[in-house]
Amino acid sequence: MFQYRTGQMKALLKQWQLQSMVIPGIIWMFIFCYIPMFWLIIAFMDYSIAKPLFDSPFVGLKHFQDFLSDERFWRSIRNTLGMSSIKLILGFPIPILFALLLNEIRSLRFKRTVQTISYLPHFIAWTIFGGIALNWLGEGGVINQLMMAIGVQEREILFNSEPKYFWWITFFTDTLKETGWSAIIYIAAISGIDPGLYEAAELDGANRWQRMWHITIQSIRPTIAILFILAVSGILGSNFEQIFMLKNNMNMRMAESLDLYIYNMGLVSGRHSFSTAVLFARSIVALGLLFLANSTAKKLTGDSIF
Amino acid sequence: MERRRRFRHIGLFEVCNTLLMLAVCFLTLYPMWFVFVNSLNSPQQASLGTVNWFPKELSLASYSVVFNDKTMMNGFYITTLRTVVGTATHVLFTAIVAYGLSKSNLIGRKAYMKIALITMLFSGGLIPSFILMTKLGLYDNFWVFIIPSMYTFFNMVIFMSFFRTIPDSLEESAKVDGASDYGVLFRIVLPNSMAVIATISLFSAVYHWNDYYQGVIYIRSQNLLPLQTMLYKIIAENSMSFMQQQAMAQFGARLPGNSIKFASMMVATLPILVVYPFIQRYLVKGVMIGAIKG
Repeated sequence: MFQYRTGQMKALLKQWQLQSMVIPGIIWMFIFCYIPMFWLIIAFMDYSIAKPLFDSPFVGLKHFQDFLSDERFWRSIRNTLGMSSIKLILGFPIPILFALLLNEIRSLRFKRTVQTISYLPHFIAWTIFGGIALNWLGEGGVINQLMMAIGVQEREILFNSEPKYFWWITFFTDTLKETGWSAIIYIAAISGIDPGLYEAAELDGANRWQRMWHITIQSIRPTIAILFILAVSGILGSNFEQIFMLKNNMNMRMAESLDLYIYNMGLVSGRHSFSTAVLFARSIVALGLLFLANSTAKKLTGDSIF
Repeated sequence: MERRRRFRHIGLFEVCNTLLMLAVCFLTLYPMWFVFVNSLNSPQQASLGTVNWFPKELSLASYSVVFNDKTMMNGFYITTLRTVVGTATHVLFTAIVAYGLSKSNLIGRKAYMKIALITMLFSGGLIPSFILMTKLGLYDNFWVFIIPSMYTFFNMVIFMSFFRTIPDSLEESAKVDGASDYGVLFRIVLPNSMAVIATISLFSAVYHWNDYYQGVIYIRSQNLLPLQTMLYKIIAENSMSFMQQQAMAQFGARLPGNSIKFASMMVATLPILVVYPFIQRYLVKGVMIGAIKG
């Protein structure tokens, strides 16, 4: 902007007010984002929280070797991938389907009411929602009563104490809680479609399903692609607040996701360096997944985030 | 003839679809209704867990236990305080930073934006953050709820793009009258951004009200626990406060803890349920802005 240093200083001083608005934000970012990134270095050390950082010895890749040979780590990978896959394969289309069907409702008032009700659970805390789920799935709970009334099962099942049900419980509770909210973005995309397209298609004799497929789905395809990329790249993550609420000692075998493993190892067992190594490896893989999913989607559909 | 058949065909789809949507509404609302009904049931009834549409024996016993429980009420106080202070600081801090960054004549703007953007792509994660909070003295400290959540990149971008839509002429004329940058921000820009301020405040408030796991990770003292963290302990870890244990002993041995759980859940959700119909429009608006920017 200015050729000379003094000129630059003057300009900087002249806008000291603007600078004083931004600089606290930058300082905040350094403290709460960049310093934690820097602390990832303890993945390569035997760090003890009581000592200053560089008093702890560097140990190279020791912690990485340790977790790679830990059975519990691989179990947590399996659990994370299992829960994410169910969510991705069965769960991803549900909000799209909901948005499509809601769009077919003629009465505007009914449509709005359904939509408003459908995203209410998103704003209910997981403590409450999980609490209801635990109550319903437990002894004498609503689910057991229902299943016995319609004759699907003869005796009560303590669903949340049996590990084999855990993945499905997370899937169903998540679907109940988030479907309406996730659908908003699709509903918005659908409402942006030119109504002229539908009229033209109707004149050409396209029926409801053909219009849905050829116009609605094709028009919201970029939205679907972007959300799919994000979903795939998040496959190593899990909904910590949900799992933390629903897990217990009986179902831990299937409930311990990678997030929970990091929490248990790092904060419960106090192995800070060890779980930071897991954290570090995961962020590298997750970043790789993001780029991979992005380029795949670009090749297949021409839509991508970057 | 043909027209009639087509009409009937559409009618069948419409009926099924409407029924499906009603089922969705039922599935969404019934869980909360279940909690409401059982919180009003007598403790003995609630412990049965049977499906009722209305309370069988109307009783406010569980609520009186909850409201007389000093620990729970302290949790309620902490949550309220955290929600008010957390939301106010978040909105103010994020808006000020965003206003500065929205000015294209800001020297170093490109570098600042890069610094901000990187925080979106990479993060330290749980353990490094935990160590940082400990080192900063924020562990077991009320401010751990406030300071780390004072800013998010996402909301900063929403503010920034909104500020850019405010016509320059409005700000220019204030400048001519001798207003400083802070004067322009507080007297012209923020009063003209009430819609976006409302949206971001609501998201922040809902986050602070509902969050339980900051309390699980960073809080040790009983008197700093937010309500939701207490609920987590009551529900998931089955721990009861002293008052609740006494109340349980008083009601007899047949696990009447359930109705107390339900009443606590109701107390923790009621503020959200009450304001929800009025605020939901803003919430949807918020996600739209986010979707367009993101």
